[in-house]
Amino acid sequence: MVKDNLQIPLIKYLLNSLLLLSLIVGLTACGDQPVNNPHRSKDAKANVRYGVFTERPKTLDPARSYSANEAIFTGQIYEPPLQYHYLKRPYQLVPLTAETIPVPIYLDKNGHALPENAPAKEVAYSVYNIAIKSGMYYQPHPALAKDKQGQYRYLHLTQQQAGKYNTLSQFKHTGTREVTAKDYVYEIKRLASPKTQSPIAGLMSHYILGFTAYMKTLDKAFKEAKQHGKHFVNLCNYPLAGAKVIDKYHYQIVLKGKYPQFIYWLAMPFFAPIPWQADAFYSQPGLAKNNISFDWYPIGSGPYMLTVNNPNSKMVLEENPNFHGEKYPTEGMPGDKAKGLLVDAGKQLPFVKRYVFTLEKESLPMWNKFLQGYYDQSGISSDSFDQAIQVDSKGNPHLTAEMKAKHIRLLTTVEPSLFYFGFNMLDPVVGGKSERARKLRQAISIALDYEEFISIFLNGRGVAAQGPLPPGIFGHQSGKSGYNKDIYRLRNGRLERRSIREARKLLAEAGYRHGINPKTGKPLVLHYDAVVSGDPAQKAQFSWLRKQLNKLGIQLDIRTSQYNQFQQKLRLGNTQMFMFGWNADYPDPENFMFLLYGPNSKVKKGGENSTNYSNKEFDELFLQMKDLPNGPERLAVIKKMVTIVRHDAPAVWGFYPKQFVLTHEWNRISKPLSIGTNTLKYARLNPNQRAQKRNLWNKPLWWPLWALAIIIVFLIIPVLVNYWRREHKTKKHITK
Amino acid sequence: MLAYLFRRILYAIPILIGVNLITFALFFMVNTPNDMARAHLGNKHVTQVAINRWKAQHGYDKPLFYNAKVNGLQKFTDTLFFQKSIKLFSFDFGVSDSGRDIGHDISQRMWPSLALAIPTLIIGILVNITFAMMMAFFRASYLDVSGVILCVTMISISALFYIIGGQYLVGKSLKLVPISGYDTGIHAWKFVILPVIIGVISGIGSGSRWYRTIFLEELHKDYVRTARAKGLSEGKVLFKHVLKNAMIPILTGIVVVLPMLFLGSLIMESFFGIPGLGSYTIDAIQQQDFAIVRSMVFLGTILYIIGLILTDVSYTLVDPRVRFA
Repeated sequence: MVKDNLQIPLIKYLLNSLLLLSLIVGLTACGDQPVNNPHRSKDAKANVRYGVFTERPKTLDPARSYSANEAIFTGQIYEPPLQYHYLKRPYQLVPLTAETIPVPIYLDKNGHALPENAPAKEVAYSVYNIAIKSGMYYQPHPALAKDKQGQYRYLHLTQQQAGKYNTLSQFKHTGTREVTAKDYVYEIKRLASPKTQSPIAGLMSHYILGFTAYMKTLDKAFKEAKQHGKHFVNLCNYPLAGAKVIDKYHYQIVLKGKYPQFIYWLAMPFFAPIPWQADAFYSQPGLAKNNISFDWYPIGSGPYMLTVNNPNSKMVLEENPNFHGEKYPTEGMPGDKAKGLLVDAGKQLPFVKRYVFTLEKESLPMWNKFLQGYYDQSGISSDSFDQAIQVDSKGNPHLTAEMKAKHIRLLTTVEPSLFYFGFNMLDPVVGGKSERARKLRQAISIALDYEEFISIFLNGRGVAAQGPLPPGIFGHQSGKSGYNKDIYRLRNGRLERRSIREARKLLAEAGYRHGINPKTGKPLVLHYDAVVSGDPAQKAQFSWLRKQLNKLGIQLDIRTSQYNQFQQKLRLGNTQMFMFGWNADYPDPENFMFLLYGPNSKVKKGGENSTNYSNKEFDELFLQMKDLPNGPERLAVIKKMVTIVRHDAPAVWGFYPKQFVLTHEWNRISKPLSIGTNTLKYARLNPNQRAQKRNLWNKPLWWPLWALAIIIVFLIIPVLVNYWRREHKTKKHITK
Repeated sequence: MLAYLFRRILYAIPILIGVNLITFALFFMVNTPNDMARAHLGNKHVTQVAINRWKAQHGYDKPLFYNAKVNGLQKFTDTLFFQKSIKLFSFDFGVSDSGRDIGHDISQRMWPSLALAIPTLIIGILVNITFAMMMAFFRASYLDVSGVILCVTMISISALFYIIGGQYLVGKSLKLVPISGYDTGIHAWKFVILPVIIGVISGIGSGSRWYRTIFLEELHKDYVRTARAKGLSEGKVLFKHVLKNAMIPILTGIVVVLPMLFLGSLIMESFFGIPGLGSYTIDAIQQQDFAIVRSMVFLGTILYIIGLILTDVSYTLVDPRVRFA
């Protein structure tokens, strides 16, 4: 009886489990789709592109968003007046929603027009008259939905009504309207709003006429509105001197003084149009409670609109049915045609109907899904680098056989960024204008072998920097004419870092023979401040840095701190040496040279000059250079500036990062545009080829599952046999 | 019983205040409101005016604990600590520093966490009990020894190894399930199956060892001897008597973790791209979003207290000898 009671259910349980397993296997094996497809199978052959985002965006509000991981969305939705040419290099501005590139009119303090090349001192105002294209419409949006009486349906919701909506798609009605000049002005006003908290408000207050006063006006207006229980302040009712509507398709921006670089800001979503209705809509308190806000539901006129917005998991961009249309460029650089980059010249954009972005925090699953064909494009993490890339004896990267077998393509581009090893110029040991300190800095600059750093820690994904200007920025000089003569030399036509012997000589001239500090008679100890990252490679980097300075007999003391503390140290000038980086806001040398401009000192003025470098001649040249148009005159000034900073060496120039992108064969060839963000409209793919490859690469292997089931059964058998024996023995024993 | 529960809930209030105070103090020891403003405004072109406006907008322009500029009770109430804490006690988590409603986010993100945690817990318990009973039944035999060695080996392996190994083997090599990701509704099952299996397998070592100890402890009790003396078979003793009595510590151990299931699994969610509450907390710490950190710690404390109360209640349900004092 005991046997029957206990063994039969056990066997039944086992059989049921196997049956269930077979059922699952059977079910999943149905159909011709791979079972490991993380995307919905109905889209297998659809014109959909799959990508990732590695960090949750903080905001998609064009007045607030300032991160690269947000720009991948905002860049496709919002349309500022200008954009960068997709194919031409160096980067070139072209109209997007503007009719033409606006040319500033310079006025003196009496309002009289000045010539184009008027010196900055004489220019009191710069006037930008911008004409926008007609016939552009916003994406369908409930904020613009009207009823039969022509009243906006959703701008006067009660808190209770608003609270019922969890997503924007739950609104039954949507509407649209034409983009007008008023919307561009409205967005400029939003930059000053206390509600928006735009990161560029401080910067714009230096340039846009009346901006500072306008910020105060809005502060007051919002306070009063709050006191009266109002949630919406219509900025149309508050005029801003520096941004005016001329007519339906024209508006004017007035700047204080001369700021030629302002034109580049007009290519950023900060200056894209926003309808006041959207602001009124999102200001309704019940909607914000359910996270329906500007931050998460953009409204634009661009080629795509955000239809699924789950920043915790998935973001979907779909083609905007109201997009005004744009054509693929018909011109490019020499060689672009041969590469196939002009195959689609003149064709209507965008090509891809939908983009699905999935949150992937870990690099390994992301990489494996790319190899399985479930992501169309991928970067290369350090973990996967060897699997993807082989570097030849000349340092050139090539795809591995595995990648070639999958017909994966490699795209590389040097980014307009700089990662430098800075000296605090206010420090009594490494800083200052003395010959002693300069020679010490130069010696360190020679000793820090950045070619080695790039090879060890970046897998070759960088270019050793010769100065503050990266490639692609006007004024960057490469090759034999553009190298840093203080740190490098030409030998047999090849550029090489000066020898450590020369560095030691400079060090001795600085008064530190063999790295000995004459004041103490002991090795010179220098301090390096770093942000603790938790990355295991960081320890190796520290060890590498110590080794580099040891070559000079200098001891390196490494002080790690959290990012906040590190920033605080920089602001207070409590650092000696540190590593820092800068990504270009716009492709103008001013955006890099200002990192070394004296009045931008981090300690003295809270600016972006982290080294606190100050050189009168350099500062004067900077003021001259920043107002000059690109041309031989400007180039000559830049060359002088670069020579000065190379000689003064306020930083070891470090490296310009190089981006490696892998792309599958079903993607049409593309050209990386590091400075531009609205490039998804140019992408094209062959979904049928992708589906074919996915099926080929993802055939499931079921037999190990069956083998495992059999092994489990075989493991259970001795257990059951033993169990039966024991029970039988007990029974027999009792019977006896 | 109601009086007991009421008393326990009252005890919870000072615990919650204390935890909130410690979280607050720890967070602001490493982050000043200025740091938070800088983190949210970005590192480029940030001016002091912008920082001040951000602080004013988000309520971080007040002193931390004591406001000397005002009078009376306001010295304590018009402070960052009081203003940020008081709403928590009415479960109004407010908005995150990046502007999202925290309550809404929690309500959205707890489902993926539960979708992963509940099956892992249930299947894990069943597997662990089965395995532990087998070891207890064949105690001191080669099966028991092999089982214990296997358990110790499994405990010694890092959870990360199970995850990466599982993704590599099942997702990448066998191509049976997606390597990572998540989808809503019924489509979620194919994303959850692998993390659940890995969760169960990685828990077998410690779970089975613990349950085995409980079963062996029970096997040495008098009622087992009496049952055997009555002539019951070893199987009947184990499955009918020992299992029932061993369920007391097992159940109470499970009940205490039940509320914590809402909070999700940190590593698992991160590696499998599951948008649960575990990754929500870590993201908030990385982004210095104090509002979320504070809310999650508060929620965690409440759930832990609920877990402890439920444990006490469950004791009385499974063991009639236990009564509320």
